[in-house]
Amino acid sequence: MKRVVFALLLSLLVVAMVNAETTITIKGSDTLVRLGQRWAEEYMKSHPEVVIQVSGGGSGTGIAALINGTTDICEASRDMKEKEYKTAEAKGIKPYRISVALDGIAIFLNDSNPVHELSFAQLKGIYTGSITNWKEVGGNDARIILYGRENNSGTYAFLKEHVLDDEDYSDYTQTLPGTAAVVNAVSKDVNGIGYGGIAWAKGVKYAKVRRTDKDTAVLPSIETVSNGTYPISRDLYWFFNGQPTGALKNLVNWALSPSGQKIAEEIDYIPLPRELADKNMVK
Amino acid sequence: MEQYTFKKKSRLVEFVGEKIIAICAFSAIISVLLIFIFVFKESIPIFTSPEVQQEASVGKMTFKQTYYEGRDPKWSWQPNSDVPKYSLLPLLVGTIKVTLVAMLLAIPLGVGAALYTSEFASRKTREVIKPVIELLAGIPSVVLGFFALIVLASVIQNVLGLTFRLNALNAGVALGLAVVPIIFTISEDALTSVPGSLREASLALGASPWQVSFTMVLPAAVPGIGAGIVLGFGRAIGETMIVLMASGNAAILSASLTDSVRTFSATIAAELAEVVFGSAHYNVLFFIGSLLFVFTFIINLGGEVVLNRLKARIQGNQ
Repeated sequence: MKRVVFALLLSLLVVAMVNAETTITIKGSDTLVRLGQRWAEEYMKSHPEVVIQVSGGGSGTGIAALINGTTDICEASRDMKEKEYKTAEAKGIKPYRISVALDGIAIFLNDSNPVHELSFAQLKGIYTGSITNWKEVGGNDARIILYGRENNSGTYAFLKEHVLDDEDYSDYTQTLPGTAAVVNAVSKDVNGIGYGGIAWAKGVKYAKVRRTDKDTAVLPSIETVSNGTYPISRDLYWFFNGQPTGALKNLVNWALSPSGQKIAEEIDYIPLPRELADKNMVK
Repeated sequence: MEQYTFKKKSRLVEFVGEKIIAICAFSAIISVLLIFIFVFKESIPIFTSPEVQQEASVGKMTFKQTYYEGRDPKWSWQPNSDVPKYSLLPLLVGTIKVTLVAMLLAIPLGVGAALYTSEFASRKTREVIKPVIELLAGIPSVVLGFFALIVLASVIQNVLGLTFRLNALNAGVALGLAVVPIIFTISEDALTSVPGSLREASLALGASPWQVSFTMVLPAAVPGIGAGIVLGFGRAIGETMIVLMASGNAAILSASLTDSVRTFSATIAAELAEVVFGSAHYNVLFFIGSLLFVFTFIINLGGEVVLNRLKARIQGNQ
């Protein structure tokens, strides 16, 4: 009996060693983690010699991991900051950026909120704390309850840069771990407002957003983000240390291929326009 | 001769055994020391490096700062801003508010429950209450936090008609639930170990059971109960997952218990994963860790001193 168990363990070990020939770690953005996981599952089905480990933690966490050399691929929902590029360079890391999908940042409102659309100026006022009552933007006479993400989130940084013009979020912004928690909080709070990737929203409504008062407000969707009419959209990136080669190159080119992009679309991410995806492939 | 060698051998075993358990005892001291040294070491640049001090000196973390010309000075925790702001006051006040609520809830609940189970409850009732309260201690804090985030927050908001769903009160109540079993278990032990002769003497002098337990047994057990409260405080101030999930994590400086709060421990948990090693932000987070360490140390030490005095007084050998 003992011998059988031993033999089994040994064979398991051998199998594990053979299979673990190529291990790829992917780490970073919570917005991208679901896509990374689905890609990894599909890719490992057709490439059993590759083991891919995907984890989240936020874009900041992923970039820190890339700089510290603890991950092969960093998923990020924002570009690296100049400071981060400098730190990377100092540590001998050469960040190589590839856009792998698109994402729109949706503004979540409670289903019963009479407000349907917001402009950039209004959003900025709301999130920096100069607008504190819903009636100032055409809603009920009630205090606006702000929900947001922790400051290691790419979504946090993106909104701060593109909508808040780099001003600080109001001190009253309640930060929650993950977009799912934000969606949950807004769904339970009549006067709540939150933000997050559009792949995430279930149980709350999206606000239509317009850049200036002249523009028409647009609802976030796959079409409006990929054709560029929805104003709060962004690229989702994979960062490598130097131009990827070997297994890493195969993986990213597969992710950018029509079958990889189709998986992205299936789980509510926004695929890159075909010609852009082709252009992004590693030669 | 046979016997002599046997004895010698057994002495050797005893010697080695004693040394091994001594190592067990000292390993705790050594690890506490090493942890403190490491945590404190990482916060030293705040006191020595001019580069770090430009962003976060002790003065900047304590006093009101004018961050932008023409705007009012304020206390603000915005470490990821273009102008990083590292005021610790909103976090300190948040930590105190949550801990206060938790202790105000847990002390009467824990001590009351302990007094009832040890003095009044029948054996059968006691055998139900004790394991159930101890089961409460076994609930992982992440589950308690999730419960507070989803259920408790809505209940409290609806009952009190609050503006903020996630606030100090909500986090404090959930935290209190985590502290109750600690205070209960230690208080219950202290109460049951009060000598029976004390009870019997009081009863013989005509005291009612209530008088006996409230004026005799409870004061006699105060040192033990105090130790439980001190331990409970340590848990409350350091607990992370519950407050991270249930408090809203907004660093607001206010006295109101119904505002959202950000605590020391939640700040470390939320921000340490993304900081760049060696940055001012990194050093500040470790400084917060040192502060937490010092707080619990002072409370433990102070509690010990006070309780020893009380014990001496109760035992009558002042």
